[in-house]
Amino acid sequence: MIGTGRVVLVTGVSRDLGRRFARALAGDPDVSRVIGVDVVPPHGDMGAVSFIRADITSPVIAKVIAKEDVDTVVHMSVIATPNNAGGRTSMKELNVIGTMQLLAACQKAPGLRQLVVKSTTTVYGASSRDPAMFTETMDPKRLPRSGYAKDAFEVEAYVRGFARRRPDVDVTVIRAANVVGPAVHSPITEYFRMPVIPRVLGFDPRMQLLHERDLHGVLRHAVHARVPGTYNVAGDGVIVLSQALRRLGRASVPMPGPVLGSLGGPLRRAGLADLSPELLAFLTYGRGVDTTRMRSELGFTPTHSTAEALADLGTSVPPGLLAPGRATSPDTVLAGLSRSLSRTPSGTPSRTPVGETHG
Amino acid sequence: MGDADVIPIGTRGRPGRGSGRKRPSSAARDLVPQARRAKPAAPSDPDESTRPDAGPVAGPVTGPAAGPDGPTPTPAGPTGGTSTTSAVERGPGAGIPVGDWLSAFQRAAVEVFGDAWEPRLAQFLAFLRRRLTGEYVVDEYGFDAELTERFFVAALRPIAEKWFRVEVRGLENIPTEGGALVVSNHSGTVPLDGLMTMVAIHDHTGRSLRPLGADLVFKLPVVSGLARKAGATLACGDDAERMLSGGELVGVWPEGFKGIGKPYADRYKLQRFGRGGFVGAALRTGVPIVPLSVVGAEEIYPLVGNIPSLARLLGVPYIPITPFFPLLGPLGMVPLPSKWLLEFGEPIRTDEYDEHAAEDPMLVFNVTDQVRETIQQTLYQLLMRRNSVFG
Repeated sequence: MIGTGRVVLVTGVSRDLGRRFARALAGDPDVSRVIGVDVVPPHGDMGAVSFIRADITSPVIAKVIAKEDVDTVVHMSVIATPNNAGGRTSMKELNVIGTMQLLAACQKAPGLRQLVVKSTTTVYGASSRDPAMFTETMDPKRLPRSGYAKDAFEVEAYVRGFARRRPDVDVTVIRAANVVGPAVHSPITEYFRMPVIPRVLGFDPRMQLLHERDLHGVLRHAVHARVPGTYNVAGDGVIVLSQALRRLGRASVPMPGPVLGSLGGPLRRAGLADLSPELLAFLTYGRGVDTTRMRSELGFTPTHSTAEALADLGTSVPPGLLAPGRATSPDTVLAGLSRSLSRTPSGTPSRTPVGETHG
Repeated sequence: MGDADVIPIGTRGRPGRGSGRKRPSSAARDLVPQARRAKPAAPSDPDESTRPDAGPVAGPVTGPAAGPDGPTPTPAGPTGGTSTTSAVERGPGAGIPVGDWLSAFQRAAVEVFGDAWEPRLAQFLAFLRRRLTGEYVVDEYGFDAELTERFFVAALRPIAEKWFRVEVRGLENIPTEGGALVVSNHSGTVPLDGLMTMVAIHDHTGRSLRPLGADLVFKLPVVSGLARKAGATLACGDDAERMLSGGELVGVWPEGFKGIGKPYADRYKLQRFGRGGFVGAALRTGVPIVPLSVVGAEEIYPLVGNIPSLARLLGVPYIPITPFFPLLGPLGMVPLPSKWLLEFGEPIRTDEYDEHAAEDPMLVFNVTDQVRETIQQTLYQLLMRRNSVFG
């Protein structure tokens, strides 16, 4: 069964993103085996991926790597939503301790050639003092103090430490922008799926999105290309939140930042959305990342631009009240007006006799 | 055929059969072409309305709307207008017919959009639809070129032209393409000088000035959203260099809050030019520095006092007291209509320095001083040339 190809270990396959990536990778010709690892078995179809139930927060993972002769590890197990992990404590456990155990196991694996880590642009934070576009060499203006951003920041620090200790392993860190797609459930997609979308009064954040397929694409590309380094990955172009909401046709309610912040708890309990502090900062100040190195050094080009990724997300979202084509949309009135205008190119004579006929 | 006169048949378009009666028959009234809607209101006196010289009043009004594209032969237009005036006899309670509404709408459209109002209105509707459906693009800094051009600049233009009567000199010093850094003095309590500079540069050169703003700008609600849409970005080295190497025309006000919030007694005295970060950005990207001197902005809100304790409490650099604010309340927020002069100086080239020039603090200080001196001297010259503050 084991051929000459590579053996890839993928962590975090119980989540849809990880599972679909592992399945897609298993189809690649020079990959002979893909091993999926997670604490709980995945829900969907795994295809040719062999699943091993193992907790990456325990030393078991080292045995898996040694026994299966893994030469490539793709770490996708840094999660953004405490709900899935059963609370913030276990989320931090999984993200940080899990990464430490995994890296410790990797360091002891002599056959390991490559490590790919899926990180996030959330590590740059979001504040009013941010530059317009973050390049990979810039640091966040304010160190993340809690949540997903802090976890991702610490994970990256451990990965850098690992890269120093094992210079023979190619370490690629992919800082992905917010991943969206019709099947993706993440804080940002849940936010866009709310019936009425609350936004921060007086701020219109810039955002970049990455289509789910492009995330898979870039991780596969990283596995095959073996270019070490840290890379920002995002779809082309930038949209602002108000523009995104108009394109999706969603109604929104602007409210002051602190009010929206206090709404986060009730919304989370209602299961509507997870407005964590770092998401709130993102929805206030926005963020842009420079993707020049993604093109020039990593050699990857996303298939979906930010706008296209958003449009694809829109196909999974029920059309909002203000969506074009709905009777409640102001666009319908305008469309009717401009149609009637184009129907009567010399509109003047056709209308005027109306007033003549009675008198 | 070409020179043949068009001879109207019958009563020269006048209703009735030439019977001489004041009131034409209803059948005859129905024959009348459209011109009746041109009458602003039904005249109460039928005698007056039958006078032939009432025609010209109605004529020109129908002209632009119906004339060019209406099927009516041209000579019949004005004559029709003459006679139809007699046809309007309606009780006061009859209401305004639909035709009058339509004509009023058309006239308003002609008034707003000019003669070619239909394509213009269609364009405007298309613009509105693009805005409503989000089908527009913003660049990576959040700059919305369409909104800025069609809304912000259009709204500020009357203020620049009519209120401050902005006069611009030295426009040839602004490069027509490629990156350049416009460095200006800052004054006026409220950064109106930046806005007026944006309008002036847009209207005279067609380029968009991309201002660099203090981080307070991006912290404040509303202001932050508007600033990014109008093309501003944070005044930091990374953004400045990124914009300049992207070939943008970048505007910077190095005095910052020290300049804009200085007391009226210190007017036209340049404050410290920061740490020369803007010169470093220009040196690293090799773009020219265009010094800009603005005269007139100092007088719009003469700052005579400040409430530092309240300012500290609110986290803003100053709370202005002017002779009219807060004394007159919102009325005190109307800027005084001073006369403005903008002079762009000769560009200072930075591409002749070698690549490590930006690392040489002495050189950076020298170039900063050179820019500062140029602006200060030009300010004095402009002040000498100016007749009076409001001239």
